[in-house]
Amino acid sequence: MASLTTNIAGLQMKNPVMTASGTFGYGVEFADFVNLEDIGGIIVKGTTLNPREGNDYPRMVETSSGMLNCVGLQNKGVDYFCKNIYPQIKDIKTNMIVNVSGSCPEDYAECAARINELDNIPAIELNISCPNVRQGGMAFGVTTDGAASVVRAVREAYKKTLIVKLSPNVTSISDIALAVQDAGADAVSLINTLMGMVIDIEKRKPVLSIATGGMSGPAVKPVAVRCVWQVAKAVNIPVIGLGGIMNAHDAIEFLLAGASAIEIGTANFVDPAVTVKVANGINEWLDKHGCKSVSEIVGQLEA
Amino acid sequence: MQKYVKDLTVAEVEFPHSRYVLLKLTDVEPLPEMLPGQFVEVKVEGSPKTFLRRPISINYVDRAKNQLWLLIQTVGEGTHKLAELKVGDKLNLVFPLGNGFSPMQKAGERVLLVGGGVGVAPLLNYGKELKEAGAEPVFLLGARSKADLLEQDLFKAIAPVYVTTEDGSEGEKGFVTQHSLLTKETFDRISVCGPKPMMVSVARYAKSKGIPCEVSLENMMACGLGACLCCVEKTVKGNVCVCKEGPVFPIEELTWEL
Repeated sequence: MASLTTNIAGLQMKNPVMTASGTFGYGVEFADFVNLEDIGGIIVKGTTLNPREGNDYPRMVETSSGMLNCVGLQNKGVDYFCKNIYPQIKDIKTNMIVNVSGSCPEDYAECAARINELDNIPAIELNISCPNVRQGGMAFGVTTDGAASVVRAVREAYKKTLIVKLSPNVTSISDIALAVQDAGADAVSLINTLMGMVIDIEKRKPVLSIATGGMSGPAVKPVAVRCVWQVAKAVNIPVIGLGGIMNAHDAIEFLLAGASAIEIGTANFVDPAVTVKVANGINEWLDKHGCKSVSEIVGQLEA
Repeated sequence: MQKYVKDLTVAEVEFPHSRYVLLKLTDVEPLPEMLPGQFVEVKVEGSPKTFLRRPISINYVDRAKNQLWLLIQTVGEGTHKLAELKVGDKLNLVFPLGNGFSPMQKAGERVLLVGGGVGVAPLLNYGKELKEAGAEPVFLLGARSKADLLEQDLFKAIAPVYVTTEDGSEGEKGFVTQHSLLTKETFDRISVCGPKPMMVSVARYAKSKGIPCEVSLENMMACGLGACLCCVEKTVKGNVCVCKEGPVFPIEELTWEL
Protein backbone atom coordinates (compact mmCIF):
# COMPACT_ATOMS: atom_id res chain seq x y z
CA MET A 1 0.00 0.00 0.00
CA ALA A 2 1.48 3.28 -1.11
CA SER A 3 0.91 6.32 1.05
CA LEU A 4 -1.78 8.58 -0.31
CA THR A 5 -1.39 11.26 2.34
CA THR A 6 -1.28 14.67 0.81
CA ASN A 7 -0.43 18.07 2.20
CA ILE A 8 -1.83 21.18 0.56
CA ALA A 9 -0.29 24.22 2.22
CA GLY A 10 -0.71 22.75 5.70
CA LEU A 11 -4.00 21.02 4.95
CA GLN A 12 -3.45 17.35 5.80
CA MET A 13 -5.45 14.96 3.65
CA LYS A 14 -5.64 11.15 3.84
CA ASN A 15 -5.65 11.04 0.05
CA PRO A 16 -5.45 13.54 -2.83
CA VAL A 17 -9.08 13.11 -3.87
CA MET A 18 -11.44 16.02 -3.23
CA THR A 19 -14.89 16.84 -4.53
CA ALA A 20 -15.52 19.84 -6.74
CA SER A 21 -17.84 22.52 -5.46
CA GLY A 22 -21.39 22.39 -6.77
CA THR A 23 -21.22 18.72 -7.69
CA PHE A 24 -21.38 17.09 -4.27
CA GLY A 25 -23.88 19.23 -2.39
CA TYR A 26 -22.78 19.42 1.24
CA GLY A 27 -21.48 15.83 1.13
CA VAL A 28 -24.39 14.42 3.11
CA GLU A 29 -26.37 13.89 -0.12
CA PHE A 30 -23.83 11.19 -1.03
CA ALA A 31 -23.54 9.47 2.35
CA ASP A 32 -25.60 6.47 1.16
CA PHE A 33 -23.05 5.75 -1.56
CA VAL A 34 -19.61 6.46 -0.07
CA ASN A 35 -18.04 6.76 3.33
CA LEU A 36 -17.45 10.52 3.29
CA GLU A 37 -14.47 10.12 5.60
CA ASP A 38 -12.68 8.12 2.88
CA ILE A 39 -12.51 11.25 0.73
CA GLY A 40 -9.48 13.52 1.19
CA GLY A 41 -11.47 16.73 1.13
CA ILE A 42 -15.05 17.76 0.44
CA ILE A 43 -15.55 21.17 -1.11
CA VAL A 44 -19.15 22.11 -0.54
CA LYS A 45 -21.50 24.17 -2.65
CA GLY A 46 -20.56 27.81 -3.37
CA THR A 47 -21.57 30.14 -0.58
CA THR A 48 -22.13 33.88 -0.82
CA LEU A 49 -22.60 36.60 1.79
CA ASN A 50 -26.27 37.04 0.89
CA PRO A 51 -28.77 34.40 -0.28
CA ARG A 52 -29.00 33.86 -4.04
CA GLU A 53 -31.88 32.28 -5.95
CA GLY A 54 -29.64 31.44 -8.91
CA ASN A 55 -30.69 31.54 -12.54
CA ASP A 56 -33.96 30.43 -14.09
CA TYR A 57 -34.55 26.92 -15.40
CA PRO A 58 -33.25 25.47 -17.76
CA ARG A 59 -29.89 25.40 -16.04
CA MET A 60 -28.39 22.31 -17.59
CA VAL A 61 -27.88 20.77 -20.99
CA GLU A 62 -25.99 17.61 -21.86
CA THR A 63 -23.21 17.83 -24.45
CA SER A 64 -20.92 15.29 -26.07
CA SER A 65 -19.04 13.77 -23.12
CA GLY A 66 -20.07 16.51 -20.76
CA MET A 67 -22.62 19.10 -19.83
CA LEU A 68 -23.21 22.83 -19.50
CA ASN A 69 -24.68 24.37 -16.38
CA CYS A 70 -25.78 27.86 -15.43
CA VAL A 71 -26.96 27.26 -11.87
CA GLY A 72 -25.76 30.72 -10.87
CA LEU A 73 -24.60 30.07 -7.30
CA GLN A 74 -27.99 29.31 -5.78
CA ASN A 75 -27.43 29.18 -2.02
CA LYS A 76 -29.03 30.43 1.16
CA GLY A 77 -26.16 32.69 2.19
CA VAL A 78 -23.35 32.39 4.71
CA ASP A 79 -25.50 33.00 7.82
CA TYR A 80 -27.77 30.11 6.89
CA PHE A 81 -24.70 27.99 6.18
CA CYS A 82 -23.17 28.71 9.58
CA LYS A 83 -26.41 28.16 11.47
CA ASN A 84 -28.03 25.27 9.61
CA ILE A 85 -25.53 23.45 7.40
CA TYR A 86 -22.34 23.62 9.44
CA PRO A 87 -23.82 21.70 12.41
CA GLN A 88 -24.72 18.86 10.00
CA ILE A 89 -21.23 18.56 8.52
CA LYS A 90 -18.82 19.67 11.22
CA ASP A 91 -18.27 16.18 12.62
CA ILE A 92 -17.51 14.50 9.30
CA LYS A 93 -13.92 13.42 9.77
CA THR A 94 -12.36 14.79 6.64
CA ASN A 95 -11.47 18.26 5.40
CA MET A 96 -14.77 20.07 4.91
CA ILE A 97 -13.94 23.07 2.73
CA VAL A 98 -16.29 25.87 1.79
CA ASN A 99 -16.30 27.40 -1.66
CA VAL A 100 -16.79 31.16 -1.31
CA SER A 101 -18.09 33.50 -3.97
CA GLY A 102 -19.18 37.12 -4.14
CA SER A 103 -19.78 40.17 -6.25
CA CYS A 104 -17.20 42.57 -4.78
CA PRO A 105 -13.99 42.14 -2.73
CA GLU A 106 -15.75 43.33 0.44
CA ASP A 107 -18.44 40.65 0.13
CA TYR A 108 -15.88 37.93 -0.45
CA ALA A 109 -13.90 39.11 2.58
CA GLU A 110 -16.97 39.33 4.84
CA CYS A 111 -18.14 35.87 3.81
CA ALA A 112 -14.64 34.44 4.37
CA ALA A 113 -14.41 36.13 7.78
CA ARG A 114 -17.62 34.41 8.91
CA ILE A 115 -16.30 31.03 7.80
CA ASN A 116 -12.98 31.73 9.50
CA GLU A 117 -14.90 31.47 12.79
CA LEU A 118 -15.96 27.86 12.14
CA ASP A 119 -13.51 25.53 13.88
CA ASN A 120 -14.04 22.50 11.66
CA ILE A 121 -13.67 24.26 8.33
CA PRO A 122 -9.88 24.21 7.76
CA ALA A 123 -9.87 25.91 4.37
CA ILE A 124 -11.87 27.84 1.83
CA GLU A 125 -11.78 27.73 -1.92
CA LEU A 126 -12.30 31.16 -3.42
CA ASN A 127 -14.42 31.11 -6.54
CA ILE A 128 -13.20 34.02 -8.65
CA SER A 129 -14.13 32.16 -11.79
CA CYS A 130 -17.82 31.31 -11.90
CA PRO A 131 -19.04 31.95 -15.44
CA ASN A 132 -22.71 32.07 -14.47
CA VAL A 133 -23.11 35.22 -12.43
CA ARG A 134 -23.44 38.57 -14.09
CA GLN A 135 -21.77 40.62 -11.37
CA GLY A 136 -18.42 39.59 -10.08
CA GLY A 137 -17.51 35.95 -10.27
CA MET A 138 -15.49 35.47 -13.38
CA ALA A 139 -15.13 39.20 -13.92
CA PHE A 140 -12.52 39.10 -11.13
CA GLY A 141 -10.95 35.91 -12.34
CA VAL A 142 -10.14 37.03 -15.85
CA THR A 143 -7.75 39.87 -15.06
CA THR A 144 -4.62 39.74 -12.94
CA ASP A 145 -5.57 42.93 -11.09
CA GLY A 146 -9.14 41.79 -10.43
CA ALA A 147 -8.03 38.38 -9.18
CA ALA A 148 -5.35 39.90 -6.96
CA SER A 149 -7.75 42.46 -5.47
CA VAL A 150 -10.17 39.80 -4.30
CA VAL A 151 -7.44 37.55 -2.95
CA ARG A 152 -5.80 40.43 -1.05
CA ALA A 153 -9.11 41.39 0.57
CA VAL A 154 -9.83 37.81 1.60
CA ARG A 155 -6.28 37.17 2.79
CA GLU A 156 -6.71 40.00 5.32
CA ALA A 157 -9.90 38.45 6.66
CA TYR A 158 -9.09 34.75 6.45
CA LYS A 159 -6.35 33.08 8.46
CA LYS A 160 -6.58 29.41 7.42
CA THR A 161 -5.73 27.67 4.15
CA LEU A 162 -6.81 29.79 1.20
CA ILE A 163 -7.29 28.01 -2.13
CA VAL A 164 -8.16 30.12 -5.17
CA LYS A 165 -10.07 28.53 -8.05
CA LEU A 166 -9.06 29.74 -11.48
CA SER A 167 -10.94 30.17 -14.72
CA PRO A 168 -9.68 28.69 -17.98
CA ASN A 169 -11.52 31.43 -19.90
CA VAL A 170 -8.43 33.65 -19.97
CA THR A 171 -5.50 34.36 -22.27
CA SER A 172 -2.85 33.24 -19.80
CA ILE A 173 -3.93 31.22 -16.80
CA SER A 174 -0.34 31.19 -15.51
CA ASP A 175 -0.37 34.98 -15.21
CA ILE A 176 -3.55 34.86 -13.12
CA ALA A 177 -2.06 32.09 -10.99
CA LEU A 178 1.06 34.15 -10.33
CA ALA A 179 -1.07 37.19 -9.44
CA VAL A 180 -3.10 35.28 -6.85
CA GLN A 181 0.05 33.66 -5.46
CA ASP A 182 1.57 37.11 -4.97
CA ALA A 183 -1.67 38.33 -3.35
CA GLY A 184 -1.47 35.63 -0.68
CA ALA A 185 -3.14 32.47 -1.96
CA ASP A 186 -1.91 29.27 -0.31
CA ALA A 187 -2.89 27.08 -3.25
CA VAL A 188 -4.72 27.26 -6.57
CA SER A 189 -7.33 24.91 -7.99
CA LEU A 190 -8.08 24.68 -11.69
CA ILE A 191 -9.94 24.58 -13.93
CA ASN A 192 -13.39 25.97 -13.36
CA THR A 193 -15.81 25.37 -16.23
CA LEU A 194 -15.23 26.51 -19.80
CA MET A 195 -17.84 28.92 -21.03
CA GLY A 196 -20.02 27.34 -23.68
CA MET A 197 -23.38 27.53 -25.44
CA VAL A 198 -25.92 25.17 -27.00
CA ILE A 199 -28.67 26.28 -29.38
CA ASP A 200 -32.09 24.75 -29.99
CA ILE A 201 -32.21 25.12 -33.78
CA GLU A 202 -36.00 24.74 -34.06
CA LYS A 203 -36.69 27.49 -31.54
CA ARG A 204 -33.60 29.44 -32.69
CA LYS A 205 -32.87 30.08 -29.04
CA PRO A 206 -30.12 29.13 -26.63
CA VAL A 207 -31.12 26.11 -24.54
CA LEU A 208 -29.93 27.61 -21.25
CA SER A 209 -31.91 30.38 -19.57
CA ILE A 210 -29.00 32.84 -19.62
CA ALA A 211 -27.73 31.65 -23.03
CA THR A 212 -24.30 30.52 -21.87
CA GLY A 213 -23.12 28.05 -19.26
CA GLY A 214 -20.05 26.40 -17.85
CA MET A 215 -18.89 23.26 -19.60
CA SER A 216 -17.65 20.33 -17.57
CA GLY A 217 -17.12 16.61 -17.91
CA PRO A 218 -14.55 14.49 -19.74
CA ALA A 219 -14.74 16.71 -22.84
CA VAL A 220 -12.80 19.46 -21.01
CA LYS A 221 -10.11 17.23 -19.53
CA PRO A 222 -7.31 17.86 -22.06
CA VAL A 223 -7.76 21.62 -21.61
CA ALA A 224 -7.61 21.16 -17.85
CA VAL A 225 -4.49 19.00 -17.95
CA ARG A 226 -2.76 21.58 -20.14
CA CYS A 227 -3.73 24.39 -17.74
CA VAL A 228 -2.48 22.46 -14.71
CA TRP A 229 0.80 21.70 -16.47
CA GLN A 230 1.33 25.37 -17.35
CA VAL A 231 0.38 26.70 -13.92
CA ALA A 232 2.38 24.10 -11.98
CA LYS A 233 5.49 25.21 -13.84
CA ALA A 234 4.79 28.87 -13.11
CA VAL A 235 3.90 28.92 -9.40
CA ASN A 236 5.53 27.59 -6.24
CA ILE A 237 2.32 27.00 -4.28
CA PRO A 238 0.42 23.67 -4.55
CA VAL A 239 -1.88 23.14 -7.50
CA ILE A 240 -5.15 21.20 -7.25
CA GLY A 241 -6.26 19.84 -10.61
CA LEU A 242 -9.78 19.30 -11.84
CA GLY A 243 -11.74 19.12 -15.04
CA GLY A 244 -13.37 15.98 -16.40
CA ILE A 245 -11.78 13.41 -14.10
CA MET A 246 -13.81 10.19 -14.40
CA ASN A 247 -11.39 7.59 -13.03
CA ALA A 248 -7.95 6.98 -11.51
CA HIS A 249 -6.25 7.09 -14.91
CA ASP A 250 -7.52 10.63 -15.43
CA ALA A 251 -6.48 11.62 -11.92
CA ILE A 252 -2.93 10.35 -12.47
CA GLU A 253 -2.65 12.48 -15.62
CA PHE A 254 -3.30 15.54 -13.46
CA LEU A 255 -0.84 14.41 -10.79
CA LEU A 256 1.87 13.89 -13.41
CA ALA A 257 1.06 17.30 -14.90
CA GLY A 258 1.88 18.84 -11.51
CA ALA A 259 -1.26 18.71 -9.40
CA SER A 260 -0.70 17.74 -5.75
CA ALA A 261 -4.37 16.83 -5.37
CA ILE A 262 -7.38 16.51 -7.62
CA GLU A 263 -11.07 17.34 -7.47
CA ILE A 264 -13.84 15.22 -8.93
CA GLY A 265 -16.89 17.07 -10.17
CA THR A 266 -19.30 16.06 -12.90
CA ALA A 267 -18.35 12.38 -12.54
CA ASN A 268 -20.27 12.37 -9.24
CA PHE A 269 -23.47 12.68 -11.28
CA VAL A 270 -22.64 9.56 -13.27
CA ASP A 271 -21.34 7.46 -10.37
CA PRO A 272 -22.07 8.75 -6.87
CA ALA A 273 -19.36 6.42 -5.51
CA VAL A 274 -16.63 7.51 -7.95
CA THR A 275 -14.51 9.44 -5.41
CA VAL A 276 -13.50 6.43 -3.36
CA LYS A 277 -12.99 4.33 -6.51
CA VAL A 278 -10.53 6.95 -7.79
CA ALA A 279 -8.63 7.00 -4.48
CA ASN A 280 -8.36 3.20 -4.54
CA GLY A 281 -7.38 3.24 -8.20
CA ILE A 282 -4.57 5.72 -7.58
CA ASN A 283 -3.31 3.46 -4.83
CA GLU A 284 -3.31 0.41 -7.09
CA TRP A 285 -1.48 2.28 -9.83
CA LEU A 286 1.18 3.48 -7.39
CA ASP A 287 1.68 -0.06 -6.07
CA LYS A 288 1.92 -1.45 -9.58
CA HIS A 289 4.57 1.11 -10.46
CA GLY A 290 6.58 0.63 -7.28
CA CYS A 291 5.83 4.09 -5.88
CA LYS A 292 5.85 4.45 -2.11
CA SER A 293 3.76 7.61 -2.00
CA VAL A 294 1.57 9.72 -4.22
CA SER A 295 3.84 12.72 -3.78
CA GLU A 296 6.52 10.83 -5.73
CA ILE A 297 4.64 11.27 -8.99
CA VAL A 298 3.46 14.86 -8.67
CA GLY A 299 4.84 16.76 -11.66
CA GLN A 300 7.01 13.80 -12.68
CA LEU A 301 6.53 13.98 -16.41
CA GLU A 302 9.37 12.53 -18.43
CA ALA A 303 11.12 15.39 -20.19
CA MET B 1 -34.90 6.50 2.82
CA GLN B 2 -31.74 4.56 1.97
CA LYS B 3 -30.53 5.06 -1.62
CA TYR B 4 -28.46 2.55 -3.57
CA VAL B 5 -26.21 2.35 -6.61
CA LYS B 6 -26.64 -1.16 -7.95
CA ASP B 7 -26.41 -3.35 -11.02
CA LEU B 8 -29.80 -4.95 -11.60
CA THR B 9 -30.36 -7.77 -14.08
CA VAL B 10 -32.79 -7.58 -16.98
CA ALA B 11 -35.30 -10.38 -16.37
CA GLU B 12 -37.83 -9.61 -19.11
CA VAL B 13 -38.06 -7.17 -22.03
CA GLU B 14 -41.39 -6.25 -23.62
CA PHE B 15 -42.33 -3.87 -26.40
CA PRO B 16 -45.88 -2.74 -25.63
CA HIS B 17 -45.70 -0.10 -28.38
CA SER B 18 -43.38 0.90 -31.23
CA ARG B 19 -42.02 3.80 -29.16
CA TYR B 20 -41.84 2.13 -25.75
CA VAL B 21 -39.87 -0.60 -24.05
CA LEU B 22 -40.81 -2.20 -20.75
CA LEU B 23 -37.77 -3.45 -18.81
CA LYS B 24 -38.42 -5.80 -15.91
CA LEU B 25 -35.35 -5.81 -13.67
CA THR B 26 -34.45 -8.10 -10.84
CA ASP B 27 -31.70 -8.70 -8.31
CA VAL B 28 -30.31 -11.60 -6.31
CA GLU B 29 -31.25 -9.73 -3.13
CA PRO B 30 -34.75 -8.52 -2.33
CA LEU B 31 -35.31 -5.12 -3.95
CA PRO B 32 -35.24 -2.26 -1.43
CA GLU B 33 -38.19 -0.24 -0.22
CA MET B 34 -39.48 2.08 -2.95
CA LEU B 35 -42.41 4.49 -2.86
CA PRO B 36 -44.89 5.04 -5.69
CA GLY B 37 -43.87 8.11 -7.70
CA GLN B 38 -40.18 7.73 -6.92
CA PHE B 39 -37.76 7.31 -9.81
CA VAL B 40 -34.43 5.76 -10.71
CA GLU B 41 -31.44 7.14 -12.60
CA VAL B 42 -30.14 4.61 -15.10
CA LYS B 43 -26.67 4.54 -16.59
CA VAL B 44 -26.73 4.00 -20.33
CA GLU B 45 -23.75 1.96 -21.52
CA GLY B 46 -22.39 1.96 -25.06
CA SER B 47 -23.88 5.29 -26.06
CA PRO B 48 -21.10 7.88 -26.33
CA LYS B 49 -23.56 10.76 -26.68
CA THR B 50 -25.36 9.78 -23.47
CA PHE B 51 -23.14 11.07 -20.70
CA LEU B 52 -25.55 11.64 -17.85
CA ARG B 53 -27.86 9.10 -16.29
CA ARG B 54 -31.48 9.05 -17.42
CA PRO B 55 -34.24 9.59 -14.83
CA ILE B 56 -37.01 7.00 -15.29
CA SER B 57 -40.09 6.67 -13.12
CA ILE B 58 -40.84 3.41 -11.33
CA ASN B 59 -43.68 1.81 -13.28
CA TYR B 60 -44.37 -1.14 -11.00
CA VAL B 61 -42.80 -3.19 -8.23
CA ASP B 62 -43.66 -6.88 -8.36
CA ARG B 63 -42.59 -8.16 -4.94
CA ALA B 64 -43.58 -11.77 -5.72
CA LYS B 65 -41.18 -11.87 -8.65
CA ASN B 66 -38.73 -9.39 -7.06
CA GLN B 67 -39.03 -7.19 -10.16
CA LEU B 68 -38.77 -3.46 -10.72
CA TRP B 69 -40.44 -2.31 -13.95
CA LEU B 70 -39.34 0.65 -16.03
CA LEU B 71 -41.64 1.75 -18.86
CA ILE B 72 -39.42 3.80 -21.14
CA GLN B 73 -40.37 5.98 -24.08
CA THR B 74 -37.65 5.72 -26.73
CA VAL B 75 -36.99 9.33 -27.69
CA GLY B 76 -33.24 9.82 -28.04
CA GLU B 77 -30.04 7.85 -28.44
CA GLY B 78 -29.89 6.93 -24.75
CA THR B 79 -33.40 5.52 -24.47
CA HIS B 80 -33.00 3.69 -27.80
CA LYS B 81 -29.89 2.07 -26.36
CA LEU B 82 -31.93 0.96 -23.34
CA ALA B 83 -34.41 -0.66 -25.74
CA GLU B 84 -31.56 -2.86 -27.04
CA LEU B 85 -31.01 -4.50 -23.64
CA LYS B 86 -31.45 -8.27 -23.58
CA VAL B 87 -32.51 -10.66 -20.85
CA GLY B 88 -29.51 -11.25 -18.57
CA ASP B 89 -27.90 -7.84 -19.27
CA LYS B 90 -27.01 -5.61 -16.34
CA LEU B 91 -28.36 -2.11 -15.85
CA ASN B 92 -26.81 0.22 -13.27
CA LEU B 93 -29.34 2.17 -11.21
CA VAL B 94 -29.15 4.89 -8.59
CA PHE B 95 -32.39 4.53 -6.68
CA PRO B 96 -34.92 5.08 -5.22
CA LEU B 97 -34.96 8.86 -5.71
CA GLY B 98 -37.38 11.68 -5.00
CA ASN B 99 -40.33 12.02 -2.65
CA GLY B 100 -43.10 10.06 -4.38
CA PHE B 101 -46.87 10.53 -4.35
CA SER B 102 -48.78 11.10 -1.12
CA PRO B 103 -49.64 7.95 0.80
CA MET B 104 -53.30 7.17 1.53
CA GLN B 105 -54.83 9.94 3.66
CA LYS B 106 -57.86 7.99 4.89
CA ALA B 107 -59.37 4.57 4.24
CA GLY B 108 -61.88 4.54 1.40
CA GLU B 109 -60.76 7.89 -0.02
CA ARG B 110 -61.47 8.34 -3.73
CA VAL B 111 -58.30 9.32 -5.52
CA LEU B 112 -58.34 10.27 -9.19
CA LEU B 113 -55.08 9.34 -10.90
CA VAL B 114 -54.69 11.23 -14.17
CA GLY B 115 -51.98 10.25 -16.65
CA GLY B 116 -51.00 11.12 -20.17
CA GLY B 117 -48.41 9.60 -22.48
CA VAL B 118 -45.50 8.00 -20.64
CA GLY B 119 -46.78 9.82 -17.56
CA VAL B 120 -49.13 6.91 -16.94
CA ALA B 121 -46.11 4.81 -15.88
CA PRO B 122 -45.82 5.70 -12.16
CA LEU B 123 -49.62 5.68 -11.72
CA LEU B 124 -49.78 1.90 -12.12
CA ASN B 125 -47.63 1.38 -9.04
CA TYR B 126 -49.37 4.19 -7.17
CA GLY B 127 -52.85 2.84 -7.96
CA LYS B 128 -51.85 -0.62 -6.78
CA GLU B 129 -50.42 0.70 -3.50
CA LEU B 130 -53.48 2.88 -2.84
CA LYS B 131 -55.83 -0.02 -3.55
CA GLU B 132 -53.90 -2.35 -1.28
CA ALA B 133 -53.88 0.26 1.47
CA GLY B 134 -57.67 0.53 1.32
CA ALA B 135 -58.29 3.59 -0.84
CA GLU B 136 -60.48 3.72 -3.95
CA PRO B 137 -58.30 4.86 -6.86
CA VAL B 138 -59.82 5.66 -10.25
CA PHE B 139 -57.66 6.04 -13.37
CA LEU B 140 -58.24 8.67 -16.04
CA LEU B 141 -55.76 8.13 -18.85
CA GLY B 142 -55.22 10.21 -21.96
CA ALA B 143 -53.51 9.33 -25.23
CA ARG B 144 -53.37 10.45 -28.84
CA SER B 145 -55.15 7.33 -30.04
CA LYS B 146 -56.07 3.80 -29.01
CA ALA B 147 -52.69 2.41 -30.08
CA ASP B 148 -50.92 4.78 -27.68
CA LEU B 149 -52.71 3.54 -24.57
CA LEU B 150 -50.29 1.55 -22.43
CA GLU B 151 -50.73 -1.27 -19.90
CA GLN B 152 -54.54 -1.05 -20.06
CA ASP B 153 -55.10 -4.59 -18.77
CA LEU B 154 -52.86 -3.94 -15.78
CA PHE B 155 -54.64 -0.70 -14.89
CA LYS B 156 -58.06 -2.35 -15.26
CA ALA B 157 -57.03 -5.16 -12.92
CA ILE B 158 -56.47 -2.58 -10.17
CA ALA B 159 -59.30 -0.05 -10.49
CA PRO B 160 -61.82 1.50 -12.90
CA VAL B 161 -60.17 3.05 -15.96
CA TYR B 162 -61.58 5.98 -17.94
CA VAL B 163 -59.93 6.96 -21.19
CA THR B 164 -59.80 9.90 -23.56
CA THR B 165 -58.10 9.85 -26.94
CA GLU B 166 -57.50 12.89 -29.13
CA ASP B 167 -58.89 11.09 -32.20
CA GLY B 168 -61.75 9.35 -30.39
CA SER B 169 -60.50 5.85 -31.27
CA GLU B 170 -60.96 4.72 -27.66
CA GLY B 171 -62.97 6.13 -24.77
CA GLU B 172 -64.19 9.70 -25.04
CA LYS B 173 -62.77 12.01 -27.67
CA GLY B 174 -60.71 14.95 -26.44
CA PHE B 175 -58.43 15.70 -23.51
CA VAL B 176 -58.62 14.24 -20.02
CA THR B 177 -60.11 17.42 -18.57
CA GLN B 178 -63.04 17.09 -21.02
CA HIS B 179 -64.02 13.62 -19.80
CA SER B 180 -67.63 13.35 -18.57
CA LEU B 181 -66.38 11.54 -15.47
CA LEU B 182 -65.34 14.90 -14.06
CA THR B 183 -68.89 16.25 -14.27
CA LYS B 184 -70.47 13.08 -12.84
CA GLU B 185 -68.28 12.09 -9.94
CA THR B 186 -66.35 13.75 -7.17
CA PHE B 187 -62.98 12.85 -5.73
CA ASP B 188 -61.17 13.49 -2.47
CA ARG B 189 -57.94 14.30 -4.24
CA ILE B 190 -56.15 14.10 -7.59
CA SER B 191 -52.63 13.03 -8.60
CA VAL B 192 -51.36 13.79 -12.09
CA CYS B 193 -48.40 12.76 -14.22
CA GLY B 194 -48.06 13.69 -17.88
CA PRO B 195 -47.19 16.49 -20.29
CA LYS B 196 -47.09 19.90 -18.65
CA PRO B 197 -50.10 21.38 -20.52
CA MET B 198 -52.18 18.43 -19.35
CA MET B 199 -51.00 18.80 -15.76
CA VAL B 200 -51.76 22.53 -15.84
CA SER B 201 -55.30 21.97 -17.09
CA VAL B 202 -55.98 19.26 -14.50
CA ALA B 203 -54.51 21.52 -11.82
CA ARG B 204 -56.87 24.32 -12.96
CA TYR B 205 -59.83 21.96 -12.76
CA ALA B 206 -58.80 20.79 -9.28
CA LYS B 207 -58.28 24.32 -8.05
CA SER B 208 -61.66 25.46 -9.40
CA LYS B 209 -63.36 22.58 -7.56
CA GLY B 210 -61.29 22.94 -4.41
CA ILE B 211 -59.91 19.40 -4.74
CA PRO B 212 -56.37 18.83 -3.39
CA CYS B 213 -54.08 18.05 -6.30
CA GLU B 214 -50.48 16.98 -6.74
CA VAL B 215 -48.45 16.80 -9.93
CA SER B 216 -45.27 14.92 -10.84
CA LEU B 217 -42.69 17.04 -12.69
CA GLU B 218 -39.89 15.90 -14.96
CA ASN B 219 -37.43 18.78 -15.25
CA MET B 220 -34.08 18.01 -16.87
CA MET B 221 -31.82 16.50 -14.23
CA ALA B 222 -28.15 15.79 -13.73
CA CYS B 223 -27.35 14.31 -10.29
CA GLY B 224 -30.80 13.16 -9.12
CA LEU B 225 -29.67 13.70 -5.52
CA GLY B 226 -30.28 17.40 -4.87
CA ALA B 227 -26.60 18.25 -5.22
CA CYS B 228 -26.21 20.04 -8.55
CA LEU B 229 -29.30 22.29 -8.39
CA CYS B 230 -29.90 21.94 -12.14
CA CYS B 231 -33.51 20.65 -12.16
CA VAL B 232 -35.02 23.42 -10.06
CA GLU B 233 -38.66 24.44 -10.20
CA LYS B 234 -39.78 27.87 -9.05
CA THR B 235 -42.03 27.39 -6.03
CA VAL B 236 -43.51 29.52 -3.28
CA LYS B 237 -40.44 28.45 -1.25
CA GLY B 238 -38.02 29.59 -3.99
CA ASN B 239 -36.12 27.41 -6.43
CA VAL B 240 -36.19 23.81 -5.26
CA CYS B 241 -34.79 20.59 -6.74
CA VAL B 242 -37.39 18.49 -8.53
CA CYS B 243 -35.17 15.43 -8.01
CA LYS B 244 -35.10 15.73 -4.22
CA GLU B 245 -37.97 17.95 -3.01
CA GLY B 246 -40.10 16.48 -5.82
CA PRO B 247 -40.84 15.15 -8.34
CA VAL B 248 -44.31 15.35 -6.76
CA PHE B 249 -45.56 18.78 -5.65
CA PRO B 250 -48.93 19.95 -4.34
CA ILE B 251 -50.14 22.50 -6.88
CA GLU B 252 -50.35 25.28 -4.30
CA GLU B 253 -46.57 25.11 -3.87
CA LEU B 254 -45.94 25.82 -7.56
CA THR B 255 -45.98 29.21 -9.23
CA TRP B 256 -48.07 28.04 -12.18
CA GLU B 257 -50.83 30.41 -13.30
CA LEU B 258 -53.94 28.45 -12.43
